[in-house]
Amino acid sequence: MDEQDQSISGGNTEHVVEAHDLTKRFGKFTAVNRISFEVCKGEVFGLLGANGAGKTTLIRMLCGLLRPTEGMARVVGYDVVHHPERVKFSIGYMSQQFSLYEDLTVAENIRFFGGIYGMKKKDLAQAGEEMIRKLRLEGIENRLISTLPLGWKQRIAFSIAVLHRPGLVFLDEPTSGVDPVTRRQFWEMILETAREGFTIIVTTHYMDEAEYCDRIAIMTHGNIAGLDSPENLQSQFNVSSMEDLFWKITRERETADSITGI
Amino acid sequence: MIRIADVTKSFGENKALSEVSLDILDEELFVLIGPDGAGKSTLFRILVTLLLPDKGHVLIKGLDVVKDFWKIRKIMGYMPGTFSLYPDLTVEENLAFYARIFGMSLGENYPLIREVYEQIEPFKNRPAGKLSGGMKQKLALSCALIHRPEVLVLDEPTTGVDAASRKEFWQMLKKIQREGITVIVSTAYMDEASRGDRTCFLHKGKLLKAGTPEEIRESYPFPLYACRSKDNFALLKALRNEPSTASAMLYGKTIHYSPARNDFSVGTFLSDLEGTGNYGPIEYRKTTPSMEDSFAFLSKQ
Repeated sequence: MDEQDQSISGGNTEHVVEAHDLTKRFGKFTAVNRISFEVCKGEVFGLLGANGAGKTTLIRMLCGLLRPTEGMARVVGYDVVHHPERVKFSIGYMSQQFSLYEDLTVAENIRFFGGIYGMKKKDLAQAGEEMIRKLRLEGIENRLISTLPLGWKQRIAFSIAVLHRPGLVFLDEPTSGVDPVTRRQFWEMILETAREGFTIIVTTHYMDEAEYCDRIAIMTHGNIAGLDSPENLQSQFNVSSMEDLFWKITRERETADSITGI
Repeated sequence: MIRIADVTKSFGENKALSEVSLDILDEELFVLIGPDGAGKSTLFRILVTLLLPDKGHVLIKGLDVVKDFWKIRKIMGYMPGTFSLYPDLTVEENLAFYARIFGMSLGENYPLIREVYEQIEPFKNRPAGKLSGGMKQKLALSCALIHRPEVLVLDEPTTGVDAASRKEFWQMLKKIQREGITVIVSTAYMDEASRGDRTCFLHKGKLLKAGTPEEIRESYPFPLYACRSKDNFALLKALRNEPSTASAMLYGKTIHYSPARNDFSVGTFLSDLEGTGNYGPIEYRKTTPSMEDSFAFLSKQ
């Protein structure tokens, strides 16, 4: 194993995520219903589903933020029930709001998040410098995040989410509202990062983005209704586009409880 | 017709709209596409007379947005990007309120909104603030339609909405259009660009292109190929290093690649390239540009 791999926490687990019968109920409502799946190391894994299908609940459980009602999940080698704090330390997270502090500078955001994730001063300084160089942000380290264009914020937020070399990175609708060139460049950045050995779980409402993923899971009503590569799923459900696939799985299958699906 | 002529609007230093000119036809389903900060909401607020342009004119069915704003407000329906109904009024009270401020009874235009409203009617006694996102959206649409406007303006109604619900929303918009209403919708989702009769692309306050989906696709100036190999990243870098390349970008599992010249012999070029790197065999086929390919090209200019 090379040096780079070792520095990724829990880098020797073949399955970065293992979920068995993972379940979450809120009162009588089952948000996630006995889900089992694995995510492999280095994989870009897409999580799709209608609004209210249970994606957010599933992600919150995998991040150690929400205790499952039943079942278990190991994330980067740690049990989400017994070691949620270790899970939180071992993952990176980026949401559509980019999770950056708008009134802090680029450098301050790097120091802040690196500090939160317990990076050593020397490592943080080095990783921060490398990030600035890679993103070609020399000279604007001391600008406030609020003054930067959306596309830059997005790249910075992503780079900060992987700064502590987490074993798993969650990207929650990371490309909302950006222009087409920025969106494609951002996906290039995601895939390039995955090639370095990072594992990535991404949610999106853009069906064309699902095609960048190695495998995708489509959720309906708390269940995984399909899980495979985009190509295999399309042939399995006998459709020729991701949009048709999504429609077939989320709409043609649901009949009875249409009200809850609104 | 709606005529937007040379409209400019600045907020301090920030030029939100820069000499935008555009005609939207009666009973058209028109899509305004652009990233966050492109100026979509600013243009819409000018259309619905909530903002004054710094320069330029807008005529809506012959009425001027500055002088005739009172008349215009009666013929426009507007659904803003953020939920703007009264959260502590019930579903039914909100609808009755909007009907009444336009001097109408609830029953008058009920047939127009029936299909949308029926989906939220089981919750008519619930405070609007307690509805799910999808239901809020349906209520907001009902309220924007209850006075049967001639022009309906919807600011990013599908943001954050899943692909299947978005498709259903567009089917609903087509039905509203068939009632003789001009429908103008903004969106940041490129896949929705081809759902209207015509589309325009707004970028950094400038209108880059307007036309039918076909016209926009055909405006892509280069031949376009979808290529793939066992190492797309290395191939992408190699393609970008070639002076003959106009554009190379990842597109799902393929690379969308354009040579700068029409008479370029792609087959020879790619098979030569195969020998220079560890890509394995390079598959390629000619493909039709998507709306996104065209817009990506335009925004790089």
